Amino acid sequence: MSGLSRAAQQAVHDFQSCQQWEQRARLLLQWGAQLDELPEALRTPDNLVHGCETRVWLLLDQQADPLCFQVASEARLLRGLLALLLLRITGLNAKQMVEVDVAEWFALLGLSRQLSPSRSNGLTAVLLKMQALLAQN
Amino acid sequence: MFLPSPWRQFFPGILALAEQQQTWLDSAATAQKPQVMIDTLSQYYQQGVANVHRAQHQPGERATRAFEAARSSIADWLQADANDTVIFTKGSTEGINLLSQALAHHFQAGDEILISAYEHHANLLPWQQLARARDLTLKVLPMDKHGHLDIDYAIRQLSTRSKVVAISALSNVIGHRQSLQPLLAAARKAGAWTVIDGAQAAVHQRPNVQQLDCDFFVCSAHKLYGPDGVGVLFARQHAVTALRHWQFGGEMVRRCDYQQAEFLPAPLGFEPGTPSTANIVAFAATLDWLQSLDSQAIAEHEARLHAAVLTGLQERGMQIIGSPNCALISFNAPQIHHSDLALLLGEQGVAVRAGHHCAMPLLQSLGLAGALRVSLAMYNNGDDIQHFFSALDQALEILQ
Ligand SMILES: Cc1ncc(COP(=O)(O)O)c(C=O)c1O
Repeated sequence: MSGLSRAAQQAVHDFQSCQQWEQRARLLLQWGAQLDELPEALRTPDNLVHGCETRVWLLLDQQADPLCFQVASEARLLRGLLALLLLRITGLNAKQMVEVDVAEWFALLGLSRQLSPSRSNGLTAVLLKMQALLAQN
Repeated sequence: MFLPSPWRQFFPGILALAEQQQTWLDSAATAQKPQVMIDTLSQYYQQGVANVHRAQHQPGERATRAFEAARSSIADWLQADANDTVIFTKGSTEGINLLSQALAHHFQAGDEILISAYEHHANLLPWQQLARARDLTLKVLPMDKHGHLDIDYAIRQLSTRSKVVAISALSNVIGHRQSLQPLLAAARKAGAWTVIDGAQAAVHQRPNVQQLDCDFFVCSAHKLYGPDGVGVLFARQHAVTALRHWQFGGEMVRRCDYQQAEFLPAPLGFEPGTPSTANIVAFAATLDWLQSLDSQAIAEHEARLHAAVLTGLQERGMQIIGSPNCALISFNAPQIHHSDLALLLGEQGVAVRAGHHCAMPLLQSLGLAGALRVSLAMYNNGDDIQHFFSALDQALEILQ
């Protein structure tokens, strides 16, 4: 995949080195633990992502340049997935963000199954809300 | 854990899932199908199809005979009286929606509908929306600390304004079966219609609608080892005439001109359009097969599995919702989000349900964002339970 930042390339390498699901899960937890979470005060109903059983908040920081999403989630593994998603799009402008092939990104990490529509973990819903926020921007 | 299931061999789906390294512990959502159900479906289609009730030709007669024979055999399974009615629906959800609309014209502002605190959305939302539209009061009957309905309290809530008491015979979250007869008897005395949501209960104990003495009873075939998209609404003789026609179309009409129409009585008057004949015939065949088995042995097997799951969860310090005594158990691991645990169980090929289980108000009232649910059926065995617990232990180790 073209245009991956060095950190993203490193993440791909780390995930692809995982032999077993346990290692992948532990790595995902580490990524989740590193995520700068949306402060409590911003976890408002307006910022909630609809359509996930797990509560997820998502905010697009309009002031930031380059654009910056902030997220928070109650579930640790989902937090890891969100951190990886942000890793992929950080530094991009709105047009580039919309063009990112998220499915390909998670496939590269060996995490495709987490994106399937039947998953209630909310990643798909987060993507939709991101697109909506970018469209408003 | 040596708990073999002598019935497992009859379920190709559970064997196929096992080959895919999947352990099915989500039968409360939908059950795997026995060979007899699959064979009946296939035979029905193989022999040539026809519509029921409308045609004069022989294939039509054959389809109609099979369809009506299925109706009587399902009535027999429900232990219905000869004068009672079995209406085919798409499932429990449709059955309850039908009732909430077909009874609506009887209600006036201030009348009451009573449900329990643990109802599935299917037995909450139709009544809630009816109450909102007609200015009725929806009374929610509370549970005690075990998650059981407080029957005495519920009886005291009844009044002459009570029009419907709609209760699930087995909660899909708490997994507790209790005797509802005293409440149903009191409701009838108060002049209310009684509705039993049998979606979860029916598969674990053959219903006896006469003994239960409810006015209406609904269940879904797919949770009863039967096909998708079919359900049953049972109505007692004296209650069925209270229903007003609710959906309109072919098959349900006696006479019709451009400006008005006269409709058939139940059941046909409540089955507009082409029914799911193949599925209905296959559902009846499934129930016939179930009745040919040793129901006592099945109940004992399921009880042993249930006890094994309960004990294992308790030993591991899991927080169990209520005091379940049948078929399913919902729980959380302390300090761990249910979706994290569900994801790691899923990684290990354990199919359990996680979330709010279509009972958001219940989970909110318990102060929970969600829970995991293990649910059991006759084809599960000790290996399934063992696989579940080893996967749980692995997941807990990673998340702790
Ligand atoms: C208690 C209860 N009632 C009703 C339903 C709805 O059944 P169906 O989706 O088959 O209509 C369910 C299904 O999960 C249930 O568990």
